Amino acid sequence: MYETTYHRASSVADAVRIAGESGGEGKFLSGGMTLLPTMKQRLAAPSDLIDLRHVPEMKGIAVDARRVCIGGGMTHGEIAESADIRAVAPGFAELAGLIGDPAVRHMGTIGGSVANNDPAADYPAALLALDGLIHTDRREVPAADFFRGLFETALEEGEIVTAVSFEAPDASAYEKFRNPASRYAMCGAYVARRGTDVRVGVTGAGADGVFRWSAAEQALTQTFDPAALDRLTVDAGLMLSDLHGSSIYRANLVTVVTKRAVAKVA
Amino acid sequence: MTAIAMVVNGREATAEVADRTLLVQFLRDTLHLTGTHVGCDTSQCGACVVHLDGKAVKSCTLLAVQASGAHVTTIEGLAPAGDLHPVQAAFREHHGLQCGFCTPGMIMTAVDMIARHDGALDEKTVRDELEGNLCRCTGYHNIVKAILAAAESTRSAGTPLAAE
Repeated sequence: MYETTYHRASSVADAVRIAGESGGEGKFLSGGMTLLPTMKQRLAAPSDLIDLRHVPEMKGIAVDARRVCIGGGMTHGEIAESADIRAVAPGFAELAGLIGDPAVRHMGTIGGSVANNDPAADYPAALLALDGLIHTDRREVPAADFFRGLFETALEEGEIVTAVSFEAPDASAYEKFRNPASRYAMCGAYVARRGTDVRVGVTGAGADGVFRWSAAEQALTQTFDPAALDRLTVDAGLMLSDLHGSSIYRANLVTVVTKRAVAKVA
Repeated sequence: MTAIAMVVNGREATAEVADRTLLVQFLRDTLHLTGTHVGCDTSQCGACVVHLDGKAVKSCTLLAVQASGAHVTTIEGLAPAGDLHPVQAAFREHHGLQCGFCTPGMIMTAVDMIARHDGALDEKTVRDELEGNLCRCTGYHNIVKAILAAAESTRSAGTPLAAE
């Protein structure tokens, strides 16, 4: 790891100020479960690290009727174990419990994961399917506008994801096909149903990152049953291809995994 | 360089460290607590698991400065010198180790796991939660057996296992 200078922010305003002083070469550090390994490999060399783990405004989970608001500093473990989230959106809590391993879930945060937008990250699929909002220190961005491609988001320089929120659906579930070695999603599908309206968010498979599978949404809106996807195919030309799986393999996975998610919801 | 202070195994530890120092380097090289191992250094293997404020974390993927102000427990701090923690005793009893390299991390993960589940563990949960700890000798079978036995003994004894 290259040298860096550590700062511990005490508030969001404090973090923004320190980031401003770092001249654009600093990075926010949340759980560090992606950033620190990247720095150890010398693929990232931020001049400054601004630790957000001690920012009180980014902590907490609030469930008001069916509205769920999760502080950006909440860990995957805290989300997975939240009785409040489990009561209204068990599929979301289950997703958090499938990230990494227990030690990673004790450090990694939802704000960090959302800001990083790894093409195999789990939350983006759920937030797209749930029509979620990404709250930052300066605005609220709908998930559909926030996730823009591989590791790309609507975040501006020095902008911090302070929370995410969504309206709990009638029912939802997440199915994840994990890479046997890294345990990242080779394909993950989050299916959310409100009345007859169905949304499907897919991660891990798309060449341009997380996406909504609209053909499946239409089919499932008519008949909410895994069999409704029998005749659908996914364009392999739009899928990722790497040593873990070809784009044709991934295109097939999208159908298989989404069907399993639908079966879980139904 | 930053001045850090934390409580490690119940004792105050202070030092000036380079900001890029990993917690595991600080524990091993500065405090000479070499029970915490570095296996892969890429947060895959779990040999470096310690407890940070009572929660299992990978000390190779945490800066020492991040842990400043916290309570850290390593394998050395689980039981008084000469004694074995119930999970350590269960690993010995059930042959939950061969070469022993992964054992400190396995035990720190197991103590955290048993505490979080109040001792109510089944084989599937144990195997799922060992996701982040690799063992190249045992095939995990006896590790799982040891953790289940330790969880059972905690439940029957009605005493919490957490060292913190």
